[in-house]
Amino acid sequence: MSNQQVEAAPTQPKVENPRVKAAKDFYRRLKKNVPALIGFYTILILVIFSIIGPWMLSTDPSDTDVINKFAGPSAEHWFGTDHLGRDIFTRIIHGMKLTLGIGFASVFMGAAMGIPIGIIAGYYGGKIDAVIMRFIDILLAFPGILLALAIVSILGGSLVNVTIAVAIYAIPGFARIIRGSTLAAKNLEYVDAIKALGAGDGRIIFKHILPNVLSPVIVNATLYIATAILTAAGLSFLGMGAQPPQPEWGAMLNDGRSYMRDAGHIAFFPGMAIVIVVLAFNIFGDGLRDALDPKMKK
Amino acid sequence: MSQETILEVNDLRTSFFVEGNEVKAVDGVTFDVPKGKTLGIVGESGSGKSISALSILQLIDSPGKIVGGEINFKGDNLLKYNDNQMRKIRGNQISMIFQEPMTSLNPVYTVGQQLREALKIHRGLGKEAGTEKAVELLELVGIPSPRSRVTQYPFELSGGMRQRVMIAMALACDPELLVADEPTTALDVTIQAQILELLKELQDEFDMSIIMITHDLGVVAETCDYVAVMYCGKVVEYADVNTLFKNPRHPYTVGLLNSLPRSDVDQEELEPIHGTVPAPHEMPVGCRFAPRCPFATDLCHEKLPDLEDIGDEEQVRCWIYTDEWDGDPEVKVYEPEARTTKDQ
Repeated sequence: MSNQQVEAAPTQPKVENPRVKAAKDFYRRLKKNVPALIGFYTILILVIFSIIGPWMLSTDPSDTDVINKFAGPSAEHWFGTDHLGRDIFTRIIHGMKLTLGIGFASVFMGAAMGIPIGIIAGYYGGKIDAVIMRFIDILLAFPGILLALAIVSILGGSLVNVTIAVAIYAIPGFARIIRGSTLAAKNLEYVDAIKALGAGDGRIIFKHILPNVLSPVIVNATLYIATAILTAAGLSFLGMGAQPPQPEWGAMLNDGRSYMRDAGHIAFFPGMAIVIVVLAFNIFGDGLRDALDPKMKK
Repeated sequence: MSQETILEVNDLRTSFFVEGNEVKAVDGVTFDVPKGKTLGIVGESGSGKSISALSILQLIDSPGKIVGGEINFKGDNLLKYNDNQMRKIRGNQISMIFQEPMTSLNPVYTVGQQLREALKIHRGLGKEAGTEKAVELLELVGIPSPRSRVTQYPFELSGGMRQRVMIAMALACDPELLVADEPTTALDVTIQAQILELLKELQDEFDMSIIMITHDLGVVAETCDYVAVMYCGKVVEYADVNTLFKNPRHPYTVGLLNSLPRSDVDQEELEPIHGTVPAPHEMPVGCRFAPRCPFATDLCHEKLPDLEDIGDEEQVRCWIYTDEWDGDPEVKVYEPEARTTKDQ
């Protein structure tokens, strides 16, 4: 037998690590979808900017320059200044961290709660499923922004509470998707096979079913980040989220609202920033869905 | 029974409860598995053979439920065990391999990771010890270059290879009883022969008992020592394999054998069993085979016969072999086989 192993050894390096292969395969398929690729790189650049941007800028987002207030875009103030003379470009760069942070954090929290709920409902079925899903239906019955508004009014207005509110609204989406996939996955033969090997419910659910039902969740998460950013900006616009002088984009939009006629750039640039981020996540999410769909494999 | 038995199934009943109706998938099944031997369970689709197998390991999912009977494994009734105790039996003392090797492995884990599962659950082996044992197991089931196979994913293996991996997983903890649910149905004939050969070798090596569930009488003839023939959730005949093929007693068994091509006699046409399996909700009150049986009398249609001992290690559920038989007395003397070929 040892002979066989010696023979086998040289063939090993030729075999490409399947994980690397899968990742390459995925990227190859994503590349075919140009808008998705643009979305992907936009997100990447935005993330990098949000991290290193604040250090590259010499200006502070809260510094006021009363003489130069309402200044239009210029070499000194790329995006102009707002009604207090604060540099809008600086504020947008600083605000990016907040916006992306809320987006990622709320979706992460929503997924962290929604996934276990959905997988347990789907796996156990019966009464557990009925109780959980009715609760989810109740959550779904509220319009998103209204539910978030209600939660923020209870918890009080702050960015952390906005994140929590958006996360709670994200739970039903994740729970439903996971439940659906779990219902299909739990009847697959490998689940029976692992059960026949003596695995307990916890191991079956989290080690064997979860990885197989994650791909629709990844797509949903990407698309939901866009919704979360929009909802959070909306709440801040309404004054429920970011508190002054935080450079949150929704709050900046609200600041600019009163000066739309005379100094449209104050609202225009934060508005554009929101559009770009949301668009990037949306087209990337769509591309991701296509790339992760095994039926699209060519 | 003279030999030591490892598993005794007594009057096992498993039902499915659908929309208030009870469908009796397994209805009073009784059989023994002698230690170190292979018991074949044969029957057509829906006869309850797979459900019987799953019931042994209590892998019946809702809406199914084991409603009665006893499953004595080495003297202990498994039906009295709780979930935790059952988990310690599964994969450790009783293992199971499934019909579909293509879908029985988890697509997201490597072969090695999956082989390590049972070892981790029952033996607490860590990654390195587990991998060593996994390589050993793959070698045992005849997979070439096992060391590079452990890092491969199921999609990189062929059907036969996957079934070997499944067998390796099932054998990881040296089980005393292996339940093989149509292990070769999805494989082509040459691979089928290899897998059956492998199971036989492993059985001899580990003194393991096997329950072989199949609808293929060829597989039974090749691998089994004893056979239980199932029809509509009941065992209709139990005998050792030679007796069953040479001298089948139950008209259903006779019908099954007649429907196979034979090389030793000249046959113009194969003999089918007429009619179809009754639907689960309209089971006949009498013998379940009566509507299709060429010898059926009023007695057969009215009363269900018991599974009676008619010889050494031979049991049959048929009125023909009882004193109450009210039909043609010749059937009793000459036995059904001669008649079916003559009559039709």
